[in-house]
Amino acid sequence: MATTQSQGKRRRAASTPAKNGSKGSPNSKTEPRLGSDALVSLYQKMVEIRLFEDAAQRGFRQGKVGGYMHVYSGQEAVATGFLDTFREPDYAITAYRDHAHVLLLGSDPKAVMAELYGKGTGLVQGKGGSMHLFDVSNGFYGGYGIVGGHIPLGVGMAFAQAYQKTGGITQLYLGDGAIHNGAFHEAANLSGLWGRDGLNPCLFILENNQYGMGTSVERATANTDLGKKFESYAIEHTKVDGMDLEAVLKVAHDAADRVRETGKPFAVEALTYRIMPHGAADFLEKYRTKEEVRKWRERDPIGLLEKRLEDEGVEESTIADIRTAAKAKMDEAVKFAEESPEPDIAELLTDVYTDDAPVQAAG
Amino acid sequence: MPVITYRDALRSAMAEEMERDDRVVLLGEDIGVYGGTHLVTNGLIDQFGPRRVIDTPIAENGFTGAAIGMAMAGMRPIVEMMTWNFSFQAADQIIQNAAKLRYFSGGQVSVPLVIRGPNGGGVQLSAQHTHSLEGFYGHFPGLKVVSPSTPEDVKGMMLAAIRDPDPVIFLEAGALYGTKGEVPEGDYTVEFGKARVAREGADVTLIGYGRQAPVLLRIAEKLAADGIDAEVVDLRSIRPFDSDTIVESVRKTHRAVVVQEQWRWFSVASEVAAIIQERAFDELDAPVVRVSGAEVPAPYARNLEIAAFPSEQQIIDAARRVLYLEV
Ligand SMILES: Cc1ncc(C[n+]2csc(CCOP(=O)(O)OP(=O)(O)O)c2C)c(N)n1
Ligand SMILES: [Mg+2]
Repeated sequence: MATTQSQGKRRRAASTPAKNGSKGSPNSKTEPRLGSDALVSLYQKMVEIRLFEDAAQRGFRQGKVGGYMHVYSGQEAVATGFLDTFREPDYAITAYRDHAHVLLLGSDPKAVMAELYGKGTGLVQGKGGSMHLFDVSNGFYGGYGIVGGHIPLGVGMAFAQAYQKTGGITQLYLGDGAIHNGAFHEAANLSGLWGRDGLNPCLFILENNQYGMGTSVERATANTDLGKKFESYAIEHTKVDGMDLEAVLKVAHDAADRVRETGKPFAVEALTYRIMPHGAADFLEKYRTKEEVRKWRERDPIGLLEKRLEDEGVEESTIADIRTAAKAKMDEAVKFAEESPEPDIAELLTDVYTDDAPVQAAG
Repeated sequence: MPVITYRDALRSAMAEEMERDDRVVLLGEDIGVYGGTHLVTNGLIDQFGPRRVIDTPIAENGFTGAAIGMAMAGMRPIVEMMTWNFSFQAADQIIQNAAKLRYFSGGQVSVPLVIRGPNGGGVQLSAQHTHSLEGFYGHFPGLKVVSPSTPEDVKGMMLAAIRDPDPVIFLEAGALYGTKGEVPEGDYTVEFGKARVAREGADVTLIGYGRQAPVLLRIAEKLAADGIDAEVVDLRSIRPFDSDTIVESVRKTHRAVVVQEQWRWFSVASEVAAIIQERAFDELDAPVVRVSGAEVPAPYARNLEIAAFPSEQQIIDAARRVLYLEV
């Protein structure tokens, strides 16, 4: 990524597991890995990110994780499927529901958990928290808390990839709520415009979990076919069942190939559901019924994939072993986060500017 | 040294850096084919083509954000705000992303971006098209904010801005685009965070920036006719700020008048006055006086507009007042 690196410091997480997806020349296609071995390894990732979120929520309830925290539970098949196509020098960028994306790109759960715990060993040294995860060394560019605000950035990053001819594409994730924000419309228009000249290899991934906080899609727009919003900007689009990993994989690989080949944006609306509250502090959930949540839990992407694996003849013990190992890994992450020191207080005044000399302390 | 306009100095800084560094691109409304609303970018599209001089739709939030993304991904974009009045539509991108990305990414990302355009009023553009945003943008850590007033400074500071690894808010004195001055030949930069003593004097320090800097020089000449020897300090850089030059000057003159077009409350002049009383309290022979714009949205009618900005007479009176002379 030498030519496309920003000038910032790049820190690699303590141990970086192998990245999703294959590496290859920028123009080689990536086939979805649909054999049972591949599905088992993706199952493992989905279980890991689910158990990470469970542990994060426990930490929040215990008062060890502060601020706002939003988990990805129920939506795992979406990022898992799309990031299966990811390869250097691609970029990924999303909003605040970002734990899964950064983990799937290879960040160490220890460093991610430590960030939630506000520790100096955290992924961004305790300076961002849950909503601002970054791992530039793995192509992950955040982690943003203002709904819609990251969308123009992703379009600009995709422009830079085409301008610098890196062969990379940008995976730009956004929610069903964010699509009504002006920033989306301005950025999508630019993406379509620049893409017409092959200058915008941007893959929009619309994570339609059917609510923006407590506002359902129907209560947010009279035009509920969200993919259509892209048509105003001449961005082609398709839909996928975001609970079905195999379906996502197929669509994701086609979409990523197409963006890579054409330099034009493409959008995929993945219909999904968050089975957990919007944020860790959303206790009442008055905007939806228990019955609705129960029904969607029957389509839990991890449960669906387990059934598929059973049909494929994968041993029950294989599944049990994956769960046990994932549990142990997350326990270790929590232990690491708990035992890690708080950030050095001197860090308060660093990273404001490249040269931090002029930064003043409080008081 | 060649004598050129403020506008040409700006253009040559950008053109020269674009020749040297193909990471530099320009984005903005009507900067290419049209030639730029204030002709600052005139001709650059012919020299560098539409891939590097990018005409955008009217979408400040979108293209400013996209430029931030380009900067994050290794480019060096320069965004033109047709005027800074339109930057409120991009304020979310500037404040929430550009200013903070480095910090909340734990230093993993930098944003080497310049946003430039004319700032300030004076040509009857009325309420929505007249703002002086030094204090507003100067408030946010993570941004650098400059406001040069001479062709020499505007070129040297633009070159410094493009090469700066952090986001720079480049506030041009729109009223000065046509003014001329000597500009050094060859490559040079003017460092941020250094004020310029534009005129040396012993009796009173007049402090200003942007369009007010040449006004203060004119006033200093008038005061000299009355036997008052004024020092004029052109701040040039709002953030980082050069307290030392201000304090040194006040140690010499013991009196200061700070002049700005922007509103007084929570402004640059307020900050300057606070710094002087913190660091040179015992040196002061009179309270620091702020001369600012009227606390009203900018009016349209010529007479009202003139009355809304500091007048030369008000500044002269302020200088005489801190000297305990009759006004
Ligand atoms: C500009 C802005 N307005 C409001 C909020 C508060 N807020 C945080 S998340 C959210 C809902 C966003 O929904 P969506 O885009 O569908 O993402 P999801 O949470 O479902 O992943 C809102 C309104 C915000 N963070 N930013
Ligand atoms: Mg949503």
